Amino acid sequence: MGATISLNAISHRYKPGAATVLEDIDDQIKSGERVVLIGRSGCGKSTLLHMIAGLLMPSDGCVKIGGRQITRPSAKWNMMFQKPSLYPWMNVRDNVGLGLLFAGASKADIAERVDQLLEMVGLADKSRVNVQSLSGGQQQRVALARSLATRPDVLLLDEPFSALDAFTRASLQQEVAGICGELGITLVTVTHDIDEAILMADRVLIMAQNPGRIESRLEVGLPWPRDPASNEFQQRRRALMDLFQQTDSVTPLPEKDRDGGRLRRVSNG
Amino acid sequence: MNTLASRARPAAPAWPALWRRVAPLAWPLGGIAVMLFVWWLGGLYLASNPETMMFANFAPGPTFAALWRMLGETALWDAIGASLYRIGAGLFWGALIGIPLGILIGYFSLAMRMANLPFQFLRMISPLAWMPLAVLIFDSWDGAIVFLILMAALWPIVFSTAHGVKRIDPGWFKVARNLGADSLQMLRRVILPAVMMDMMAGIRLAVGVAWVVLVPAEYLGVTSGLGYAINDARDTLDYAALTAVVLVIGVIGYALDSVCVMLMRRFNWQLEG
Repeated sequence: MGATISLNAISHRYKPGAATVLEDIDDQIKSGERVVLIGRSGCGKSTLLHMIAGLLMPSDGCVKIGGRQITRPSAKWNMMFQKPSLYPWMNVRDNVGLGLLFAGASKADIAERVDQLLEMVGLADKSRVNVQSLSGGQQQRVALARSLATRPDVLLLDEPFSALDAFTRASLQQEVAGICGELGITLVTVTHDIDEAILMADRVLIMAQNPGRIESRLEVGLPWPRDPASNEFQQRRRALMDLFQQTDSVTPLPEKDRDGGRLRRVSNG
Repeated sequence: MNTLASRARPAAPAWPALWRRVAPLAWPLGGIAVMLFVWWLGGLYLASNPETMMFANFAPGPTFAALWRMLGETALWDAIGASLYRIGAGLFWGALIGIPLGILIGYFSLAMRMANLPFQFLRMISPLAWMPLAVLIFDSWDGAIVFLILMAALWPIVFSTAHGVKRIDPGWFKVARNLGADSLQMLRRVILPAVMMDMMAGIRLAVGVAWVVLVPAEYLGVTSGLGYAINDARDTLDYAALTAVVLVIGVIGYALDSVCVMLMRRFNWQLEG
């Protein structure tokens, strides 16, 4: 499993003549590589992720996964969102097996695969539970299992942990990066969280806005699993922070901008 | 209410527990008792006035006697059968047309913008107003009445379904598309289950309106059904039978509504509490 992703000269406007949302995005992501796209709100990082997922077509350039141009969504390149969006009329099992059902897998195959996945995300005992009774973290685990069920080559995460409490977030960040490493899945995560970037990435792409573009790149080069308490980790974080500040020639942002708040807090600490 | 309470007295320590079990039933029964009492007073009033004495059979006593007699005869059951068939057929067509139409309108905002005004307009026309047209179009009275029921049932189903589709979490569509759902799978696994409850709520409203419209519709032309039975009883001055049929209409209406509520609970995927 795993597949290369190539972003070829992608530019995007929502309408002809409208402002350029993305400009000349170019990058090669290796098969099995874990990449984080980091940037402020509105830099187009989420838009870019939607393009990789095939949920949005760039107005210029193209995305290729495993050498094939992406024109539509597929269970082979799967996206997880901030909201788990589980289907409340299905229990945990049926939610996890949905992609397989869509692909026309047999009942026995689905059951076997679902059991295996629930084991992997630690929810084996919740198999027949109503998803609405799960905690936020558990729901996101179900969503993770649902995304992994179809044996995707690529997993795309759109800030999927930002609504969770700190402890749950930390463990899921480690887990997802670990699972993708184990299965060789190419992982692309969008975030505005510096720590998350260093925790989950082989390589970080730092994006700037107006228009959205990749401004710099950082090889993290730390062994897995990451240890946030280590000196090397803190060093990397500082390096990324510096890159970030150069990138955006940081002007103090209004208080309500949560990205700005987070960045200032990190830099002060 | 009081009789139930006094019956519970011998088991004195268990009194509160028993009352808690009985209470949910006791209040509605109390309401019915009040209704019967008012009805009985009305009967007394009719009987006491020489000018209305001939209508005294509207009172509970004669009515229940007539009802008991009629329950043993086939005529009442035939009337019930005919009415249920008509409402069933009308609702069937109403759902068959209304649900796809509602999904279409709810899914495509353009369809909603186009359909809203004409549908709101059509909705406000009494289904009975279509009667002359229906009689011309359909060669049987049965067909015409089913059409009227359809016109009564259609709008609640359309609007409720459309409303449900509009409220569907956009994330559910995104995830399903992402998991590789085609249009049919999207409809079957996401849209239909998501709006099932709204659809049932629409059908419940439709049943209410349709049952109300059915009786006057059966005043016209046909020689079967509960509406006809009322008219027939009036013509033969059998007022006790007339009131008995009114009772039957009420009971069946209540039963139909209860079935809808049961179905709504069955399809409710929202976790309660």
